[in-house]
Amino acid sequence: MPDETTQPAPPTPPEVVIEFKDVRKAFGPNVIYDPLNLSVYRGETLTVIGGSGKGKSVLLKMLIRLLQVDSGSIQCFGEEVTTMPEGKLLGLRRRIAMLFQGAALFDSLTVAQNIKYPLVEHKWGNREQMDHRVEEVLEMVGMPGIQHLKPSELSGGMKKRVGLARAIAIQPDVILYDEPTTGLDPLNVRRINGLILRLQRRLNVTSVVVTHDMDSCFTITDRIAFLYERRMDWTGTKEAALATDFPPLREFVQGGRGTLEAEGTED
Amino acid sequence: MSSAIKLLGHIGAVTRLSGRTFKIVFSRRFVDRSLLSAQMDQAGIGSWSIAVLTALFTGAVMAIQFADGLEPYGASLYTGKMVSLGIVRELGPTLTAVLVGGRVGAGFTAEIGSMNVTEQVDAISALGADPIEKLVAPRVVACIIMLPLLTLLADFVGCFGAMLVVMTDVGVTATFFIEQVLDTLVVADLIHGLAKATFFGYFIAIVGCYVGLNTRGGTEGVGRSTTDTVVAISITVLVSNFLLTKLFLSF
Ligand SMILES: Nc1ncnc2c1ncn2[C@@H]1O[C@H](COP(=O)(O)OP(=O)(O)OP(=O)(O)O)[C@@H](O)[C@H]1O
Ligand SMILES: [Mg+2]
Repeated sequence: MPDETTQPAPPTPPEVVIEFKDVRKAFGPNVIYDPLNLSVYRGETLTVIGGSGKGKSVLLKMLIRLLQVDSGSIQCFGEEVTTMPEGKLLGLRRRIAMLFQGAALFDSLTVAQNIKYPLVEHKWGNREQMDHRVEEVLEMVGMPGIQHLKPSELSGGMKKRVGLARAIAIQPDVILYDEPTTGLDPLNVRRINGLILRLQRRLNVTSVVVTHDMDSCFTITDRIAFLYERRMDWTGTKEAALATDFPPLREFVQGGRGTLEAEGTED
Repeated sequence: MSSAIKLLGHIGAVTRLSGRTFKIVFSRRFVDRSLLSAQMDQAGIGSWSIAVLTALFTGAVMAIQFADGLEPYGASLYTGKMVSLGIVRELGPTLTAVLVGGRVGAGFTAEIGSMNVTEQVDAISALGADPIEKLVAPRVVACIIMLPLLTLLADFVGCFGAMLVVMTDVGVTATFFIEQVLDTLVVADLIHGLAKATFFGYFIAIVGCYVGLNTRGGTEGVGRSTTDTVVAISITVLVSNFLLTKLFLSF
């Protein structure tokens, strides 16, 4: 009876927090979405998989309007993103944080200043509270005590983790992860995956994760959305993804599992 | 034909960027003095040596030419008049803008362009700030302030270079030279030159930032953009100089 906490939430009618409806996007002749339809439910972790250069990063950027759609609608917390006035956009970006693919740390600022950046912009607290928060999130990503370093002194994997620290500093409701574990060693992959799970389970954060790393995907995800041929037609649970008979997805998923099994047989 | 359309597109986009920038500058949002002083330092203080060197030798060379050209008419004594007029009205502002503009504008493009291709510009927006407020506004204001100051410096140094040449080649005294210069120049000359420099400062910054913000394609793209900026700024300065001169002289 008591051990209900480890069980995933029962399937009450899920509340949609993010919805892409008939979103079309092209860069000149380069058509990316034709069209995109996708829903993300509150508290879930949705993983977006798909080939390189197919528009996964573009999807995340459209969601916080770093890129504008050509047509269609994006609803977020019940509000239309595509036509939102500038002033409201700030509030949206307070609630949705993004970890960029290349971390996108500001080269001219120290690690501490980088992490404080959103805190300062959103007037999050006083100086002491901010310093404390910086310490806290660096601890969470497993890199305590590096406040004074410059991004140029960090490795790619370290940058990524500082980028993650910066994204979660403001305690967002939704976190967009653009390839959070790419370029990390296995230990840190586990740590970041653990962190993503923890944020979701404890704080009920909704996550959208873009990744090529199928191991991580199956560890952290509730649902998978497969981007194929400029659409996101296949979405489903990870179990369904494993059992799929949709050939392109099968290939994608088996590719990931294939390496797992090969490693397994070597032991 | 298509490149003309492209050019018009760029001009339109630069105008929009300018509008958004000045809206920020003239609103109370623009209070970040540390960003501004950093840019003034980089744009202005970092460029004074270029401005001085250019002006010194240009002034000197003009003096040699005019002294030589006026000689048959026995007028080399008046070299100072010609040279100072040329420097203060035209060469001071224009040469400074082309040279400093190349340096500073290319720097802006390289900096903002690399931030753009590494998603740092996106990150500024994503973290709740405005890239135009953080990147463009301080640079535009810094250049609008610094270019006239650098031009003033160039004017002085240019006349000084000319004076040295006239003193040695023609054999006039410094007092005579200075008197002639003060006799020739009116305040309007100086103001025209400095007003032009203000516009040049704005062009340099806005073009540098605009090209940077539109940079794509990794480090290679940054390299291409930087070259584009130098060309665009030189042309903008020279063409606008013609138009501004026409405009100012019609008053
Ligand atoms: N701002 C932009 N301007 C023009 N084209 C763009 C822009 N951003 C992305 N693209 C193009 O859109 C396509 C999709 O890019 P995106 O970065 O979303 O790919 P991705 O799926 O994230 O790939 P990867 O897995 O390699 O990160 C690419 O062809 C890219 O060149
Ligand atoms: Mg990507």
